Amino acid sequence: MTMSRRALLAAGAGVGAGLLTACGSNTGRGGGGSGTALSQWYHQYGEMGTQQAVQRYAAAYHKARVTVQWRPGNYDQQTAAALLTGSGPDVFEVNGPTLDQIQGGQVVDLTDLVAGVKDDFNPAVLTPKTYDGRVWGIPQTIDMQMLYYRKSLLKDAGVAPPTTLDALVDAARKLSTSKVKGLFLGNDGGAGVLGGTPLYAAGLQLVTLDGKVGFDDPAAARTLGKLHQLYAGNSLLLGAPADWSDPSAFLQGLTAMQWTGLWALPQIEKELGDDFGVLPFPKDGDQGRPSVPVGAYGAAVSARSRHQDAAKAFVKWLWVERTDYQEDFALSYGFHIPARLSLARKAAKLKSGAAADAVRFTTDHGCAQPLLWTPAAQVAYQDALSRIIRSGASPESELRAVVRKVAAELERVKKKP
Amino acid sequence: MRRRRALWFWVFVGPFAAGLALFTYVPLLWSVGLSFFDAHNTVTPTHFAGLGNYRAMLEDDAFTGSLRTFAVFTAFIVPVTYLLSLSLALMVNRVRRARAFFRSVFFLPAACSYVVAALVWKMSIFNGVRFGLANTVLGWFGGDPVAWLSTTDPPWYWLVIVTVRLWLQAGFYMVLFLAGLQRIDPVLYEAAAVDGARPGWTVLRHITLPQLRATSVAVVLLLVINAFQAFDEFYNLLSDARGYPPYARPPLVYLYYTALGQGQNLGLGSAGAVILALIIAVVTVGQARWLRLGRTDADG
Repeated sequence: MTMSRRALLAAGAGVGAGLLTACGSNTGRGGGGSGTALSQWYHQYGEMGTQQAVQRYAAAYHKARVTVQWRPGNYDQQTAAALLTGSGPDVFEVNGPTLDQIQGGQVVDLTDLVAGVKDDFNPAVLTPKTYDGRVWGIPQTIDMQMLYYRKSLLKDAGVAPPTTLDALVDAARKLSTSKVKGLFLGNDGGAGVLGGTPLYAAGLQLVTLDGKVGFDDPAAARTLGKLHQLYAGNSLLLGAPADWSDPSAFLQGLTAMQWTGLWALPQIEKELGDDFGVLPFPKDGDQGRPSVPVGAYGAAVSARSRHQDAAKAFVKWLWVERTDYQEDFALSYGFHIPARLSLARKAAKLKSGAAADAVRFTTDHGCAQPLLWTPAAQVAYQDALSRIIRSGASPESELRAVVRKVAAELERVKKKP
Repeated sequence: MRRRRALWFWVFVGPFAAGLALFTYVPLLWSVGLSFFDAHNTVTPTHFAGLGNYRAMLEDDAFTGSLRTFAVFTAFIVPVTYLLSLSLALMVNRVRRARAFFRSVFFLPAACSYVVAALVWKMSIFNGVRFGLANTVLGWFGGDPVAWLSTTDPPWYWLVIVTVRLWLQAGFYMVLFLAGLQRIDPVLYEAAAVDGARPGWTVLRHITLPQLRATSVAVVLLLVINAFQAFDEFYNLLSDARGYPPYARPPLVYLYYTALGQGQNLGLGSAGAVILALIIAVVTVGQARWLRLGRTDADG
């Protein structure tokens, strides 16, 4: 059989098209789906199975063809840059959105999506996604951090679980030996991970509800000074091979207490059984209160999407209506708290032990980074915190400079419409 | 004929010139333009800010602090690497046996990636726990473990950064110096010996170093450019998920976060980029003049 040149070219084109389709077929959707095509972006989760799960959710949606993009690397920077162009996602996970993104008109108002169920979202994570009374992101799952302590080591040293910052400083000192350090707050002594948590523990805030600097108070300098005491007192583990987000240092017996995330709980439980307990960051001073930082990635819709209504409908379906997927996403792969209060209350894995404590801490003591806390304010505060903790800089003078910077930032963002 | 030549010239050069203009010069000029505007979350701003962004950037402690850090880093690493690589070259050049072996031994680290080397330094040699290699050695002499990368007073992290960079690049510059040494005419040394110059410092100062001037100029220029571009070891040794500590944040990274991070302040980031470009240009021109780059000995 002979084949003409034209037929050969046509066949080649057909095979090529087939191959291209095959290459691009990992879209995260099965059959179904109408003609509208939506692109959905996620940051890369470390837990096995999460990517397959979100692809399964997308495939189960039949009102649009949803393509999932799983993006490793600097996700926040990637999405921020993509929002400047028309080639970005329709729906995307966002560690925010930030106030500049909202004021810059880069994300779509999602208030109507939570109508009727708004009160069921944990207010600690919904509030930072709310600006001017409108909701700009739908919280997906809650991540929180807390203090893990080894019961047996504390008992051997005659130390009670610390409930004040002074007691924590004292406990860390008593628990430190030539082989084990008292406390691990990260290899930088806590400058990176603690952020505003110590201020909340002193009864202060980063930004007040009426939009003013929330730590222009002598209590702030007093509390941050105690973090330097911990560092200078040789009771902190520093230079561990794995940093604070990994429980290895705690599990290997390098430290008696460690500040890390809820995500580490299943691993710690598996290795230590019931020889551990959890605490919030202890209060400091008479006005103080225990605190735990909480945060949530949320689902947002790009204002440059050509299918905003379809994108909103998909977000409503996945992150408001499909509570079964929300619980699955939070607890079947990693270990997170569902953003919906009703789901967190009924989830079996969160009903007992340290997990139940974590849920209670989140509800009672959860503090999230406020929307008015801009990236420039964050850099100024973090740098000051680093200098206070590690270099012994004067907390008073460092905080004075930060207060000026943050006040200027607040003025800037309040001027915008 | 000439017309045809011009046509072919543009056929070959045109696409590259267009690409260069589109992806380099237009964004560059656009960025300079943006630096005079309030450009939050947009690349097409309307609100003219004059020199406001430049003023804000120069008053920003985070930016000026990172410039200072890198100026100190450059001022230290350039002469140290220069001296070490020249010393290695002089030693290897004098070795009578197994010269190729020693040359390879010193050059091999240049083939290792900065990322891998930085992680080895961080995780196994200079980690802060008692079983790290450096701390184990300290322990033999009764010393307490040192948190090498977490201590700012004294700033032990510089020891880690500097040693990894020296290990990685001294061998490469050694090879350049070796090539320079082998081009020196032996007659010069023989003549010096006849005139009574003893081998050692006198010969090095009056014959070897002047003969290596061209190589030295190239090495210093490369070292300065590399020092300003230092990123890999800072990223892998000192950054974490939250960013960099204030004392080790590369200026380019800070500008990246300002412009393309969640800050999305493209006007401010552009102003910083212009300031940084001007500083590098001034340093390069100043250095070229100081080293008399491009002049021959005949020019005086």
